[in-house]
Amino acid sequence: MSRLANKFAELKASGRKALIPFVTAGDPYPEFTVPLLHEMVAAGADVIELGVPFSDPMADGPVIQRASERALAHKVGLRKVLSMAMEFRKTDQATPLVLMGYLNPIEMMGYEDFANAAQRADVDGVLTVDLPPEEAVDCVALLRERGIDQIFLLAPNSDAERIAKMDAVGSGYLYYVSLKGVTGAGHLNTEDVKEKLELIRANTVLPVGVGFGVKDADTAKIVANLADGVVVGSALISKIEANLDEPEQAKNQIIALLKSMRTAMDS
Amino acid sequence: MTDKYDMPDARGHFGPYGGIFVAETLMPAITELNEAYQRYLVDPEFIAELDADLRDYVGRPSPLYHAQRWSQHLGGAQIYLKREDLNHTGAHKVNNTVGQALLAKRMGKTRIIAETGAGQHGVATATVAARLGLECVVYMGAVDVARQALNVYRMKLLGATVVAVESGSKTLKDALNEALRDWVTNIDNTFYIIGTVAGPHPYPAMVRDFQTVIGREAKQQCVDQAGRLPDALVACVGGGSNAIGLFYPFIDDKSVKMYGVEAAGDGIETGHHSAPLCAGRPGVLHGNRTYLMADDDGEIIETHSISAGLDYPGVGPEHAWLKDTGRANYVNITDDEALAGFHALTRMEGIIPALESSHALAYTMKLAPTMRKDQIIIVNLSGRGDKDMHTIMQREGISL
Ligand SMILES: Cc1ncc(COP(=O)(O)O)c(C=O)c1O
Repeated sequence: MSRLANKFAELKASGRKALIPFVTAGDPYPEFTVPLLHEMVAAGADVIELGVPFSDPMADGPVIQRASERALAHKVGLRKVLSMAMEFRKTDQATPLVLMGYLNPIEMMGYEDFANAAQRADVDGVLTVDLPPEEAVDCVALLRERGIDQIFLLAPNSDAERIAKMDAVGSGYLYYVSLKGVTGAGHLNTEDVKEKLELIRANTVLPVGVGFGVKDADTAKIVANLADGVVVGSALISKIEANLDEPEQAKNQIIALLKSMRTAMDS
Repeated sequence: MTDKYDMPDARGHFGPYGGIFVAETLMPAITELNEAYQRYLVDPEFIAELDADLRDYVGRPSPLYHAQRWSQHLGGAQIYLKREDLNHTGAHKVNNTVGQALLAKRMGKTRIIAETGAGQHGVATATVAARLGLECVVYMGAVDVARQALNVYRMKLLGATVVAVESGSKTLKDALNEALRDWVTNIDNTFYIIGTVAGPHPYPAMVRDFQTVIGREAKQQCVDQAGRLPDALVACVGGGSNAIGLFYPFIDDKSVKMYGVEAAGDGIETGHHSAPLCAGRPGVLHGNRTYLMADDDGEIIETHSISAGLDYPGVGPEHAWLKDTGRANYVNITDDEALAGFHALTRMEGIIPALESSHALAYTMKLAPTMRKDQIIIVNLSGRGDKDMHTIMQREGISL
């Protein structure tokens, strides 16, 4: 069983939901990232989504765009992110790590070279925002041979047919983007999410994580009541942006926020 | 190969290029657009309305003009100019915006968005939006807003909101990113009019289909005037819409050579250029697989060209395919060479060309003398130069 499947099975058995923080690798500087990942795990994170910086993050709002720009200013690209993943794994063999980003860096490295590198780094999943299932066949096959899950996004306007398609091609979990828009935007509409999750559940047995609009303990609890996993990104990265002069302060605030979410989700 | 050219396939592939590479939220909108495109582009009523607009509003057909004095001066092939500069709004861009706006109307969309580089596509979009009474938002890189101030003012006069994009390199690619973000957020009521043969399927095929009126007319006009097909076609390539518009109707005429001219900026060897076909490599950006300018990590490299309309790190996927198959040749022209082309046409023929088109003219100055006097080159004069007066004055140290 993959580390992701294992983790979700374990959580289910204990009646808990996955807390899934997203941060951009190399933001605000390269050495910040790996220690932060370990501290997030200690604060209660179950799965880590690590953002691969990209020059043209078309699906991201201003907060994650600027995180990418800060990381790119330090020349943090896919190769560097893979080495961070490897470093993380040295002292944590339990927590699933998912790389999240855009297709072009993977295209340029070549699918096979990337799959090999991801396996060497002991990465558990890959989520590529601009790679729909129709175009993903080659990449998914190479990753699956190496025990790596390809995670797909679902949107509010995804119908039953598309959900079934993601279920067929994807593994690990599905990530439901709870609103039409870019990352960091808008508010969570509980009723809409609830309704949509019924349709999703009817078409997949994969665990479902929900993101976009999760910003504090309250919203985390609401989502945890509906989904298998709670994804939080922009709210964490905002702490980095608010404390660029004092990264330690940013780290403390991120950890405090995650702990409050964990507590709310488990209560 | 005797097979008729019939690219792309049903999912928008030109060989390994093209396709649909977008975030999931855009998929339903792209499916909806593709259905409308398939339906209306063969609908006689739609075609009749489009043809009437192209005739009465755009001013088509545009002339094919034999530049006799310039041809004689260069001493080689006879040069014919396809006068897209004479279209309403001053460039080929309007052929496409008129078509997409009609589609938007049929689909019941009330809001139009667009990206623009030089501002020509933005103006052409604001123009058709004004005419149909649709809300219009144009995204433009902050760098381009500064260097194309006149077009920004034109768009505002036409009632469009112009948003200066401050992210990334603040040029065309960033404007496209921002337009995609808008689309994903306002997907229900918004139609995104992409200005070139880029983006996810069906845009590359659809924009091509709207621009092929250039090549269809040119073919007929050349036969009427010279009694035969041309020997060569020359067009500048930014995203590649004016080039494919001219090339496409000639693809199966194997005797006709095709030259797409990319912007070499300060020179390919300096790295400051916008020539992905000449000096880039395949990758995925803005919804399709094509040649790109990117570094080893796959990050997109900042581009440079004196002409804002060519300042883009990608190129339409069909050009990538035509390059790999050898059907078209892709060459490049520096800023300085383009300026020489600009002045040559202005002085020789009394036509002031756009800086984008000047790249095609500069290549023609190299190509024509290598050909016989009884041979024919058709150059796509994709736009007029009024918008570039400021850039040229600055470059040449002139103030009024
Ligand atoms: C006059 C003119 N020609 C050419 C271009 C380049 O676009 P494309 O390669 O799509 O024809 C532009 C773009 O703004 C333009 O304004």
